[in-house]
Amino acid sequence: MLDNINLLTLAPSLNVQLLLDGLFIGAIFVLAAYGLALVWGVMNVKNLAQGEFVIMGGYLAWHLGTYNVHPILSLPIVAILMFGFGWVLYVAIIKYVVTRDLFTSLLATFGIALVVQQALNLAYGPEVRTAESGFGTRSFFGGLVTVAEIKFISFALAVLLAAGVIVFMKKSRMGQAIRATSQDPRAAKVMGINTEKVYAFTYALNGAICGAAGVLVSMIWVIQPFYGVPHSIRSFVIVTAAGLGNLPGVILAGLGLGMAEQYSGFVLGAQFQQATVVGLLVVVLVWRQIQMAQHRQVVK
Amino acid sequence: MTGNWKSPALYAAILAFGVAAPFLFPGYTTQIAILWMMILFALTWDIAGGQMGYNSLGNIFFFGAGMYLSAVIQVGMFTDVGTYTSARGGEQLVLGYGDYFVSVFAGMAVAAVGCVLFAIVIGWVMFGLRGPYFAIGTLGIALSARELASTWEWIGGGSGIAMPVYPGLPDEKSQVSYIILFVLAILTFLSVRWLYTTRFGLAINAIRDDEEKAEAMGVHTTRYKIIAWSVSAFFLGMSGAVFGNMTGFVEPMEVAFPTVTFGIFMVVMSLLGGKGTLWGPVIGATVFHIIKEVTWTYMLGWQWVALGVLIIVNVVFFQQGIMGWAQDKWPEFFGIEVEEASAAGDEEAA
Repeated sequence: MLDNINLLTLAPSLNVQLLLDGLFIGAIFVLAAYGLALVWGVMNVKNLAQGEFVIMGGYLAWHLGTYNVHPILSLPIVAILMFGFGWVLYVAIIKYVVTRDLFTSLLATFGIALVVQQALNLAYGPEVRTAESGFGTRSFFGGLVTVAEIKFISFALAVLLAAGVIVFMKKSRMGQAIRATSQDPRAAKVMGINTEKVYAFTYALNGAICGAAGVLVSMIWVIQPFYGVPHSIRSFVIVTAAGLGNLPGVILAGLGLGMAEQYSGFVLGAQFQQATVVGLLVVVLVWRQIQMAQHRQVVK
Repeated sequence: MTGNWKSPALYAAILAFGVAAPFLFPGYTTQIAILWMMILFALTWDIAGGQMGYNSLGNIFFFGAGMYLSAVIQVGMFTDVGTYTSARGGEQLVLGYGDYFVSVFAGMAVAAVGCVLFAIVIGWVMFGLRGPYFAIGTLGIALSARELASTWEWIGGGSGIAMPVYPGLPDEKSQVSYIILFVLAILTFLSVRWLYTTRFGLAINAIRDDEEKAEAMGVHTTRYKIIAWSVSAFFLGMSGAVFGNMTGFVEPMEVAFPTVTFGIFMVVMSLLGGKGTLWGPVIGATVFHIIKEVTWTYMLGWQWVALGVLIIVNVVFFQQGIMGWAQDKWPEFFGIEVEEASAAGDEEAA
């Protein structure tokens, strides 16, 4: 472990490698976390199936790849498919969960997560897969830092997507309706907003965002039916750390998490990468609890 | 069930079944032993989840922690743990009857006490979290314990610890485990039943119904929450110790911290039976376990999909559970007045 830290100080360009990798992967975390924050903030549903949506999007891209559709081209197709999937899920299940207590949404979406990951496992098997994009890699600093071109493309796509969603939320009628509903559902209803439709759209939009993130994951990283859980946990870590309705916070926390994971994977060893995510979840929650304890008056 | 003649008859019937089962169905001793463990799981989950309204997704942590504690104690009583685990199960401990049972009960005792200590320390931090944060936080505890156990070489890492070999025949071993788990389940049920009749029961119900009000009335909420979790941890730790000995091999992913199997089963069973009731978890565990054992092997890989669907349907459309449904339907049978029936239902269990 100390050797690895030494290595980082001896070869500073390794830091560049880790930071870049963290940045590229963190951008995808931001997308999924933004989707979670959207659903959580607007309809108060804690979507534990977030990571499964991501992985499902990845598998759709991979599947389209078997028909010779390039992953970048499949991105809009997957987003539309996942939008439909989210809408169907809303009508079938989530509709009944919105008004219920907090644990219901958590457990119901956990059930969805279980069904999706197992169905993917039955359909595609437990092998680790990557959607081939066919781009080369570039080296910097005399070969010490190598970055696949596809990672730059994916980063650009992630930024574009995020910008698109933000503009949509700010400018469009539907985006305004969503924001109005999240502020006060009753008032929104009185003003003639069809909140039911807004909820369905929000959940479907989350599906589309996650699906698009999944396509990017399948291009620059790996997908596997059971890799959804860490993605879900990451989204929760980011949203919990940033707080609801704090978009810059989500972006910062997401990129930070991506880099933290890369560093822990390098310094402690790859087997600790997952432990880092879970450990960070606990740390963030404990930190939050300490913060809240100052505001709370409890009988000891 | 408060019926005056019904309860003794019911208890006698269950006791008779428990005693006779290994003789009646000798081929199913292990399955029925696991049924008792499932009942214990559901009952202990329901203390915090149903009666107190703190839905934990990570109670499996105590199961695994108890298992590892007992494994380390049982192995450590006779040899050095580090060298034993680094042999990767190459040489298993073979003990005589006396040593074996002393080690098993020592392991159980340490597991119980250790898990209570864990519950106090972790609960002290976790119980500040409310609602979904608590559920996710406890899930995080269980997952990180699993990651930790699989990277910690001293306790065998991902390849686990082989438990001491039972000195007798395998049949005898499953009977012994059966007896211990049966007794543990009965002890759990009786303790929980007694606890719910005391001030403690009232206090945790008050926390479930309205924590702020309970606090305002002078209930020491933090203390009660930690005690409730410690009770769960006490029994879960012991059941983990027994289960470790039963399977003979402790491994972090599938045996000690099976978050998506046992960890979720305990929640599903309580919900299925009706959380926040005394008998609900027992009924839910029985129904769930029987359905699972009968159908599991015929579903050819679809069993997990079926489990997910069961969770969704259960949570979304049938949240009051079997017991809550029965109480709504026949309130007189349970000796509750109709006004109370709604209070006994699950709408407020949130």
